[in-house]
Amino acid sequence: MSRAAAGRAVGLAALVLAAVFPLVVRSATWQNTVILMLMVAQLGVAWNILGGYAGQVSLGHAVFFGTGAYVSTLLALRFGITPWVGMFAGAGVSAALAVVIGWPCFRLKGHYFAMATIAVGEIVQAVVNGWELLGGAVGLSLPLQNTGFWFMVFNRSKLPYHYIALGLLLFTLGVNWLVTRSHVGYYLRAIKDEPDAARSLGVSLTRYKLYAIALSSGLAAMGGTLYAQKELLIDPGSTLSTSLSIKMSLVAIMGGVGTLAGPVIGAVLLTTIEEASRLGFGGTGRGTDMVVYGLLIVVIAVYQPAGVLGWVKQRFPPKAAPAAPGPGGAR
Amino acid sequence: MLLLQTILSGVLIGLVYALVAVGLTLIFGVMDIVNFAHGEFLMLGMYASFWGFALWKLDPLFTLPLTALLLFGVGAALYRVVIRRITDAPMLSQIFTTFGLMILFRGLAQYFWSPDFRSVEGSVLTGKVAFAGLQFGLPQVVAALGAVATSGAVWWFLRSTRLGAALEATAADKEAAALMGIDAQKMFALAWGLGAACAGVAGALLSTTFPIFPEVGASFILFAFVLVALGGFGSVAGAFWAGILVGVVEVVGGFLWDPAYKLVLVLSLYLLVVWLRPQGLMGKA
Repeated sequence: MSRAAAGRAVGLAALVLAAVFPLVVRSATWQNTVILMLMVAQLGVAWNILGGYAGQVSLGHAVFFGTGAYVSTLLALRFGITPWVGMFAGAGVSAALAVVIGWPCFRLKGHYFAMATIAVGEIVQAVVNGWELLGGAVGLSLPLQNTGFWFMVFNRSKLPYHYIALGLLLFTLGVNWLVTRSHVGYYLRAIKDEPDAARSLGVSLTRYKLYAIALSSGLAAMGGTLYAQKELLIDPGSTLSTSLSIKMSLVAIMGGVGTLAGPVIGAVLLTTIEEASRLGFGGTGRGTDMVVYGLLIVVIAVYQPAGVLGWVKQRFPPKAAPAAPGPGGAR
Repeated sequence: MLLLQTILSGVLIGLVYALVAVGLTLIFGVMDIVNFAHGEFLMLGMYASFWGFALWKLDPLFTLPLTALLLFGVGAALYRVVIRRITDAPMLSQIFTTFGLMILFRGLAQYFWSPDFRSVEGSVLTGKVAFAGLQFGLPQVVAALGAVATSGAVWWFLRSTRLGAALEATAADKEAAALMGIDAQKMFALAWGLGAACAGVAGALLSTTFPIFPEVGASFILFAFVLVALGGFGSVAGAFWAGILVGVVEVVGGFLWDPAYKLVLVLSLYLLVVWLRPQGLMGKA
């Protein structure tokens, strides 16, 4: 079996596992952990389009996640618009905002760009903290009365959230896959690896970076809407913090940046590490969970900088000419 | 008069910000690595001062040289154990190594010293200094003077000693410096040691006025990043002047406008400057 075929098989198995998991495992804690995993994976895939494929390391993506959460929540609260519409409205607003932010920030490269995105993220968080319309530091909460599919609020079981999260992840992976197959994907990789060569061939760097950030931020915003619907309470601390931005990039790095399946693998790994160290050591209240979590991040970053998929690539070098990559496949 | 008082208060705190940023920019200039765990060096400096005071009644000002030495050791050891392995790694893995170190250090501090807020009370540094009708807290004045002295010492070291020149040469061109017989490994360890020591001294100077807790570094790291980028990555003098500028903008902005938005003001200033001058105020293009 070639590596691409093996990757497809693993991807399919993972999909089946994710689909039946909440039907088999009835523990609410476990179900919640897996929903979290799917949501983090979706954000990682969204981040990866800009940070991984185009190589523009954004550490301010929580701005877009928060935009999605706030736009759909405001539309639902003020105008009774269903979050299913709000989700796409949030994605649109987020993409527009991303272009406004990206336009000046793309003048900066490498560390300068990363630092600027942190600054933008912190500014947005501070502004929303003081913004009455958005509920300030207290945030906004959605009423629990309007339940059902139309309102995307479910109080009896977590099951619907699981399948919405899974659907959103598949949608995001699908968009990512289409991007890698299109000319935009080739241009993005060229911008990352050989910016000067790409420019000299007439590729407008800023234009394609703007495509990438618009797409990446729109998808992150959809994740924000789902989060708002699941938690029914959003505030600047939970939806706009820099640590959330860092987490989105962290899962992509752990799995393998610039790969389709990388962020998904990273999300499974990171959530497991987080939950295990919290359950195993969190009860002491002495920060043991942070020690374990921090140490593991350092060890992975130092010894396996290319992530899990980088390790797979080393361990199982391709035998024949690589076939077309399948969705969820290791490349 | 009130405005002058406010401006000078901004200068005082800005000088301490500058010292934190000088250490950060030194590490960046020599190695091209942004250290997310830099605020944790400051936190360790604060705890070193606290424990010296709590256990042996030694004043933070008195233990300051020891704190500096201790943090120099921590920085150099961290380079030898961890950072050495990621010198040539992609920027992303470097960011996440130091980010992981940040979480690790905070966790360790919480493990050993609990998450409680601590403070140094009854230090020799209490009271006020009155000068030409203006009044400042003595700890703030001493912290600012200590920060200027330390930043100045670093600047002098880089300018006027052979070792400093070797460090600058490594920052400018690693290969050429290596051909001149400069051991890059030693220079990198030196940069991390000095950078950590600067943050540690800043921590010691702040320990008499600031609460001490595992996450305290978070309050300073963002400003340190801003100063490094504002002054120009790697420029010690740039970070110093940017520190004063940011301190004044922060305090005067908080005074004239809403204190809740002083961070917005500082970060907007930063974005404006790097947008107009991507290399920062004093960075090389």
